[in-house]
Amino acid sequence: MPHKPPTQEELERRKIVGIHGETITDVTSTDFPGHYPGEEHSWDIDAFRRGFSVEFHQNDPYEASFSLIGCDASIANAFRRIMIADIPTLAIETVFINNNTSVIQDEVLSHRLGLIPFKGGHEGLHNFLKWWRKPADESQINNSYYDFNTVSLRLEVKCEHNDAAAPNETDPTKLYKHAHVYARDIEFCPVGRQDRYFSGADAIAPVNSDILIAKLRPGQEISLSMHMHKGVGSDHAKFSPVATASYRLMPVIRIERPILGADAEKFARCFPRGVIALDKVTKEDAAQRGSGYEGHEGEVKAVVADPMRDTVSRECLRHPEFKDKVKLGRRRDHFIYLVESTGQWESDAIFLEAVAHLKKRAQDLEKQVVNMVR
Amino acid sequence: MPRAKARKEEPAEAGSDIVMDEAPTSHQPESRDDMSVDQDEDDEVEAEDDEVEEEEEVQRVRLLPGSTPTAASFEFLNESHTLGNALRYIIMKNPDVEFCAYAIPHPSEAKMNVRIQTFEGTTAIQALEKGLRDLQDLCDVVSDKFIEAREKFAATASS
Repeated sequence: MPHKPPTQEELERRKIVGIHGETITDVTSTDFPGHYPGEEHSWDIDAFRRGFSVEFHQNDPYEASFSLIGCDASIANAFRRIMIADIPTLAIETVFINNNTSVIQDEVLSHRLGLIPFKGGHEGLHNFLKWWRKPADESQINNSYYDFNTVSLRLEVKCEHNDAAAPNETDPTKLYKHAHVYARDIEFCPVGRQDRYFSGADAIAPVNSDILIAKLRPGQEISLSMHMHKGVGSDHAKFSPVATASYRLMPVIRIERPILGADAEKFARCFPRGVIALDKVTKEDAAQRGSGYEGHEGEVKAVVADPMRDTVSRECLRHPEFKDKVKLGRRRDHFIYLVESTGQWESDAIFLEAVAHLKKRAQDLEKQVVNMVR
Repeated sequence: MPRAKARKEEPAEAGSDIVMDEAPTSHQPESRDDMSVDQDEDDEVEAEDDEVEEEEEVQRVRLLPGSTPTAASFEFLNESHTLGNALRYIIMKNPDVEFCAYAIPHPSEAKMNVRIQTFEGTTAIQALEKGLRDLQDLCDVVSDKFIEAREKFAATASS
């Protein structure tokens, strides 16, 4: 029997994950050789290039949103995982406490300091700075710090009475000097060539200067120095360059039969604002036989305006009046990413770095496999 | 060392229909071949090798025992679902591959296993190499399209 190539409609249908009242269907991808008799589906870079597209929705330094259309979940997920766990950033790794008489314990303070995101000159952060490795011989540790693998910071704060405060003042920040210790109090101490890469606007500094580190009272003091190193999110979340890097699948709403009048308004209320729009049934609609619009000219009808804003709450499936009139789904190959940078990288650069990282990994392993066979 | 091992293992098992060891690899006797030496070396270097910074000397991929040319299992050290699933997908896209799957046998061991079975005419190792190459091509396309879309977005946003 000669095989008929699938119609465009059929190909579209295959991409949809069905979402029903209590169940979901067609979850796994089927675009593999041998799945559909007589169809190819083997890897073809040109076919991939034709079918793949990227669409930006937002591109700000701290937040970027974009869609990857036409790729498999395993690839999309690899990029997401790499963004979270494998892109290196600089963070405080070691804290040397000289004096800490505040109420916050040394280890808790150190942990808080580690979590503060820092920014700095991109050239210095990404190219000049290299990994720091703990030497095998612990006694040699002081010989392992160089300008290209360690950044030094200092925090020296002492709380004192403010003599200029009004006698009936109750606000501790006015009553005392340095009652609150903020991230902006951390001082960058450049060494060696670091001056060249991290000066002026490129200096190593907290992304947000208003992060509260500790609260002090007169007589209390925090005096410490810190070492920052490069690290990756798989080691500790403080090294992750993103606050979130996530994706969701593009929702699909298909109105199978007309939803009119008061029902249409109720239908629109089942979705987040902007997803469903209310249109008038036109003369042409009403003239179309079998469309369900006959004799309803001028009435309100529900149309899908912006499915991307939908949260796929499935609220519309709970109401009997919409039974068999609407079909919900998600597009299996349309990933809407949301990447929120913590500030050390631009959000879009994190994604590009993730793609480059995956390529590098595959490259390294290819060499390894060749080496294994030899 | 791992090179010597691979060379020794390949011809010995080529073509012959060998009964697969049922026990998980961690339970198989290490004295079967010179794997024990390999293992020790790996562990030793693994401790030092936290990151991929310097040129990798350590052999991270290994052919598991019981492999034939068209049906082989590979063990990757320091790899996870990130590469495992992506590699599985791209190898499954190869029409000469009969079966491909990956597993992380134990969550606290940084090891990822890939099983590849191919039809006659190609080998599992060739399929693995092709998969890794295809993955690199894919990354190039994604990166090109991403930069293109970003420029387009910047142009529309500023105009």
